[in-house]
Amino acid sequence: MNSQLLIGYTARDTFLNRLSGSTKLIGFVALSIIGMVTYDTRFLLGVLLISLILFHFSKIKYHEVAFVLQVIVAFAILNLVMVYVFAPSYGITIYGTHHMILGSPDHYFNLSWEQLFYEFNLLLKYIFAVPLALIFLMTTNPSEFAASLNKIGVSYRISYSVAIALRYIPDVQNDYRTISLAQQARGYEISRKAKLMTRAKGAVQIIMPLILSSLDRIEIISQAMELRRFGHNKKRTWYMAQPFKRNDYLALIIIVLIVLVGIALFKVNGGRFWNPFK
Amino acid sequence: MVEPIISFKDFGFQYDSQSEPTLKHINLDIFPGEKVLLAGPSGSGKSTLGRCINGLIPQSYPGEITGSAIVAGHDIKDSSIFELSFSVGTVLQDPDSQFVGLSVKEDIAFSLENDERSQTEMRAATKKWAERLDLKPLLDHSPQGISGGQKQRVAMAGVLIDESNILLFDEPLASLDPASGKASIELIDHLARQQNLTVVIIEHRLEDVLQRPIDRLVVLKDGEIVGNDKPSAILKDSLMQQLGLREPLYLTALQLAGVKLADCNNIDSAETVAGDNIESALQRWTAGVSLQEPVLPKQPLLTLKNLKFSYNRNQPVIHGLNLTINRGDMLSLVGRNGTGKSTLSNIITGFLKLDDGEMKLNGQDLTQLSVKERADHIGYILQDPNQMISKAMIFDEVAAGLRLRALTDDEVERRVNDTLKVCGLYEFRHWPISALSFGQKKRVTIAAILVLNPEMIILDEPTAGQDLRHYTEMMNFLETLNREQQVTIMLITHDMHLMLEYTQRAVVLADGGVLMDARPADVLTNEAVIEKAALAKTSLFTLAERYHLPSALDFVAKFVQTEREVRSHE
Repeated sequence: MNSQLLIGYTARDTFLNRLSGSTKLIGFVALSIIGMVTYDTRFLLGVLLISLILFHFSKIKYHEVAFVLQVIVAFAILNLVMVYVFAPSYGITIYGTHHMILGSPDHYFNLSWEQLFYEFNLLLKYIFAVPLALIFLMTTNPSEFAASLNKIGVSYRISYSVAIALRYIPDVQNDYRTISLAQQARGYEISRKAKLMTRAKGAVQIIMPLILSSLDRIEIISQAMELRRFGHNKKRTWYMAQPFKRNDYLALIIIVLIVLVGIALFKVNGGRFWNPFK
Repeated sequence: MVEPIISFKDFGFQYDSQSEPTLKHINLDIFPGEKVLLAGPSGSGKSTLGRCINGLIPQSYPGEITGSAIVAGHDIKDSSIFELSFSVGTVLQDPDSQFVGLSVKEDIAFSLENDERSQTEMRAATKKWAERLDLKPLLDHSPQGISGGQKQRVAMAGVLIDESNILLFDEPLASLDPASGKASIELIDHLARQQNLTVVIIEHRLEDVLQRPIDRLVVLKDGEIVGNDKPSAILKDSLMQQLGLREPLYLTALQLAGVKLADCNNIDSAETVAGDNIESALQRWTAGVSLQEPVLPKQPLLTLKNLKFSYNRNQPVIHGLNLTINRGDMLSLVGRNGTGKSTLSNIITGFLKLDDGEMKLNGQDLTQLSVKERADHIGYILQDPNQMISKAMIFDEVAAGLRLRALTDDEVERRVNDTLKVCGLYEFRHWPISALSFGQKKRVTIAAILVLNPEMIILDEPTAGQDLRHYTEMMNFLETLNREQQVTIMLITHDMHLMLEYTQRAVVLADGGVLMDARPADVLTNEAVIEKAALAKTSLFTLAERYHLPSALDFVAKFVQTEREVRSHE
């Protein structure tokens, strides 16, 4: 059950798997930033195309990510609707023209091609990064994850806390299940049969023992880490870090080029927006 | 003359959080290459002494130090955990929670990563130690995918990789099954010789550690050293009981037979103990005791028929299991880690859903009842009381189950008070639970279940991590419950002593079913079953074989019977 909800790494033999985690992280972050800043539809479509092609090559199956995708789509639609509800003429303000489909710009609720175009750009922004994020998460060995964070400049103490979290999540889930069942056996009803209030009260009964047992765990882990010299030196090396290879440099060059194109388009468009209505 | 590698001189320590010193006037020299066993009851200060050796004191646990303590040339007063970690490698008690890496190889290399070594160096060192500790096929596994014994070997590899020459083990046997525990002690012994290590083992289960030679036994009590000698010298004085430690079974048996330990040689182990009159004394004793057929309960309470269960379809954990538990039974459920002991209890209590099979309690179909409804008949007590306790006050904790069943306040108060009296907790009823010891907390969790009047309770490792005094208290309490309240008790345990001395019936699980269902003495004298279920032969069995007693089984059974009689007269 849980395995379908959570997305996780599996060893797949693709060139994306062989790229170093840092390259993928840099690529993901750099493309996301430029994509979030720009409203150039041509650029966004281009990046979306690239990320879909990469997704195809990553050999990730749709059913592995179906749940996550559904959640993202639901949120994207909700967001677009809300943008329309709160600012139905924002497109007109941005692009400076009005090609009306319904109503007139004087009314609060109206529908213009400018607004549709603006929201289409938003949609592109929401979806182009999703395949990239999934590729990064699902083709990077979790052990390498911390090493990549550290490589791009995040302190190793913070990076390692990511690894520790990944290490202990299954244990804490286990604790949770055990505690929850033990409490149910004493009569706390937390299943769907009970009323919301009863369930909430039941949940509190689980949280307290869970926190106490997690605190014990944390004390032991931090001792174990200290006894093995974690945190003394300014730097540390990583067993699982992948050194940069030819393909990594190649990938980084391509990423830089894409970002440069994005920046160049700011100049051409005279701002963040590409305006086809002029 | 050789200098000691660890040297305590009139050493004392008081935690900042406590009003009394935990260690007093400790004088102890440990020499390079020595293998020392540090024993003592809970609260004797043995773990504190361990923390002084690896530097957690005074770095992580601040407090006041008197006298001096030198470890590998460092005065612990002004050296850091970091400095000491190069000389002292520590293997903590719980192999699971000290596993910090996402995979075996990363965990082994953890300290080298922190030393900023290159990947090539790390790979070579990891490979070397994985080979020595037989971990090579497991290198890519995650901690969730390996057994307790394997985790402990990973922890050992992770400290041995530093090439430090002092190894400190904090209760290495506490969470292992008997066979893994034995393997672990053998491995420690082997490594110590091979690497010429100085080894300090903190453990209160003497008999298990003494399966391999120990150079010195240091016994602590109330923060002071009360014994510091070769194990044989201390064992001969038979002071174990007074010092709050469990005497090895074979020595108790020899004394029962009238053998004077002072006249024996090589008494550290049942394999070596020798003396002129041992054979005749044992034979005389065994001939003189007549074995009474114990009266076992006959009326079925819980009937399990052809149970089947699997977590995923390809690997059945339980496959065609049949078992009848009778009303009034006190039985132990034993077997290798991962054979489904906990799974079976989870099926009975409804935590897990059965794939197929029949479960009847007093003729009523159990599979139709919810977790809560089953709990009215069968209570389950987890190993860690902290996972069960959800209220701040003792009375409230015990009352919780009754209040949820909507009883009147008077009724709740009456039943809670009655239960607290049975459990010896009545005087504490207005105390906060946080003020209780581990054993008392465990008792609170038992009370919280007993108050629901179950016909049967299942306890997971009821005595884990408790010293002899608390162990005896707990087991006597359970025995009384069983005898006087007619509660049927099933114990899941790795402790062979417990199974032998306190239960009348042992159910051994293996290969998804019941491998053997017999008297504990029968189980522990059956070598095929012992091997298959990762149990450990008792030293009584060794004794009986070495001294040619007519039947090892009878000898063990007679010993248990005599012990039980002694106990009931106390």
